[in-house]
Amino acid sequence: MSTPGEDVPAGPGSATTPDGPPTRTAGGSSVPVIELRGVTKAYGDTPVLRGVDLAVHEHRAVVLIGASGSGKSTLLRCADLLEEIDDGDVLVDGEVITEPGVRPLATRRRLGMVFQAFNLFPHLTVLENVTLSPVRVHGVTKAEARDRGRELLARFGLAGREDEYPDRLSGGQQQRVAIVRAIATRPRALLLDEITSALDPLLVGEVLEVVRELKREGMTMVITTHEMQFAREVADEVCFLHEGRIVERGPASAVLGAPQQDETRRFLARLLDARQG
Amino acid sequence: MATTGGAGGPGTGGAGVDGLPGDGSGATSADGGPVLSRQEVRRAAKRRRSLRDRLIAAVATVVVIGGLLALLLTSPGWPNVRDTFFDVDQFREHFPDVLGGFWLDVKLFVVIEIGVLILGLLIALSRITRAPILFPLRLLATVFTDVFRGVPTVLLVYLFGFGIPALELSGLPTNPMICGGLALCFSYSAYVAEVYRSGIDGVHPAQRSASLALGLSEAQTLRHVVLPQAIRRVVPPLLNDFVALQKDVALLGIVGVVEAFRQAQIAAADQFNYTPLLAAAVLYLCVTIPMARGVDVVQARSRRRRGAAGVA
Repeated sequence: MSTPGEDVPAGPGSATTPDGPPTRTAGGSSVPVIELRGVTKAYGDTPVLRGVDLAVHEHRAVVLIGASGSGKSTLLRCADLLEEIDDGDVLVDGEVITEPGVRPLATRRRLGMVFQAFNLFPHLTVLENVTLSPVRVHGVTKAEARDRGRELLARFGLAGREDEYPDRLSGGQQQRVAIVRAIATRPRALLLDEITSALDPLLVGEVLEVVRELKREGMTMVITTHEMQFAREVADEVCFLHEGRIVERGPASAVLGAPQQDETRRFLARLLDARQG
Repeated sequence: MATTGGAGGPGTGGAGVDGLPGDGSGATSADGGPVLSRQEVRRAAKRRRSLRDRLIAAVATVVVIGGLLALLLTSPGWPNVRDTFFDVDQFREHFPDVLGGFWLDVKLFVVIEIGVLILGLLIALSRITRAPILFPLRLLATVFTDVFRGVPTVLLVYLFGFGIPALELSGLPTNPMICGGLALCFSYSAYVAEVYRSGIDGVHPAQRSASLALGLSEAQTLRHVVLPQAIRRVVPPLLNDFVALQKDVALLGIVGVVEAFRQAQIAAADQFNYTPLLAAAVLYLCVTIPMARGVDVVQARSRRRRGAAGVA
C-alpha cells in the first residue's frame, strides 16, 4: 500500500476509465454518470426513500452520510437495480434504466458495487473472484482476465495472494479484493456501501487508501460512510440523508464544517459523541 | 532450568515461558521433584487425568460388551441360533453365491445413485425457480417430492416392479429390475431434492447480490455462485443418503431381482439354515461402514472449514 503513487502513471486511463482518458468527456460532461430523479422506495408500508434527487458527474466522488436507516444503502442498491424503485427515475449516462422494459443486467454490467460485508465468493480463490465477471459477463479471455487481475491485485498490495481463499485473508485484504473485483470489469462508476464498517479499526486505513487511489485516478464514485475525516478528503460533494431525503448537500467543508440544517448538526454531534464515548 | 524457574518464582512468568520450549519435560520431572515449575505440575496432572479417563473408558467397554456377550451366549436358544445362523460350513459354501449377488447390488447402487443425484438436482432447481412460465414445473416438482417421500419405499418398489410391466404399454420397461430401480431412484430423488434445496437456501442472499452486482445473470449466478456453495454444504447429508440407498437396493429382491439378499434367501431356504443371510449382512457392512466413516471425515472437515471461516 506504500507504493500506489508510483503505479499511477503506469496505466492510469486503462485501469479505471474504460472509455478513454478524462478529457474525452469535455463536451458530454453535463450528462451525469449516475442520476436519480425523485426516487421513492418503500419496504412494505415503511418508506425508505422519499424522493431523492442526485447527480454524480464523471470523475467526481459523492459521499452519502446519515444515520443507520436513513436510506443510504437502499439508495445505492436502487442505483444498481438490486432493488426495484417505486417511483422516479434512475439514469446511467443519461439513459433511463428504471423503465419497466429495460433489462437490469446491462446496467449492473456498467456499474461496480462493493459491500459492507465484502461478499467475496468463498468457494473461489482471490483471482477467481476477480476474473469471474470479466470472463463470464464481459467476454474477456481467461488468460487476459487473469493477467489483468494479477496486475490489479498487485497494485493494491495483494500480490502473492491470488491463489488463496478469501477466508484466509484479513478483513482489510478481503475488502481490497472486493474492490479489485468490482473495478476489474472497468465500470463507469463504483458504488461503495459502508465498506469499512465491518472492519477492525486498525484495518480501515488500508482500505480507505485504495479508495483515495481510485479517486486520484478519476474513478466516479458514490460512497456511503461513517468516516467523516475520509469524507472530507475524497468527497467532491457530501449529501446528508435523513429519513429518506437529502436534507443538506454541498462541499464537504460546508456540510461537515458548517452545517445549515438542525438534523445535520444533530447527526454530526451524535457521531462525535459516539467517537469520544 | 529448574533453578531459574524456582528462583524466578510464579510472578515472573516470562522467564519460565522462555525456558519452556527447550526442556525435556520427562527428564525435569524425574530429577527435580520438589522444584517442578507450575507448568510442569499442571502438565503432569493433565497427563494423569487423561490416563485415568482412558482407563475408565476401557473398563466400561469391556464390562458392557462382556455382559452383552454373556447374555447372548447363556440365552436358552443360543445353541439353536448358533447352528442356524453361524454355521461356518454353510458360510463357506454359500458366500461365493451371495458375493455374486452383491456385485449386482453394487452395480445397481451406482446406476441408481447417479440417477438420484441428477434427478434430485433437477427437482430442487424446479422448486426454486421463480419464472412464471415454469410454474407448472414447480407444481409438478412439489407434487413429486410430496408423493415419493410420503409412500414407503418398499411399497413403491412393489407398485413399480409389478405395476409398470402390467400396463403393457409399448416403450415402458417390463424388466422388474429396471422398474423397481426406477422406484428407488424416484423415492431417493425426492429426499435428495430436499437436501439440495436446503443447501441452496443456506447460501447467504448477499452472495446473490454480489454476483448480480457483477453483472452475472440469474442463471449464471446459480451456476457459478450459488450451486457450488450449496453442493459443498450438502455433501455430508448426501453421503448419508448414499449409505441408506446402498442398503435399500436389497428391496429389489422382493420383485425378483436376485441380488445379495435374495440370493441369500434362496440359499437359506435350501437347507433351512440362515447363515447365508449373515453372509449378506457382512457384505453390506463391508461397504456401508467405510462409507459411514467417510461421511464422518467429510463432516469433520467441513466443520473445521466453517470454524476457520467463522474466526476470520
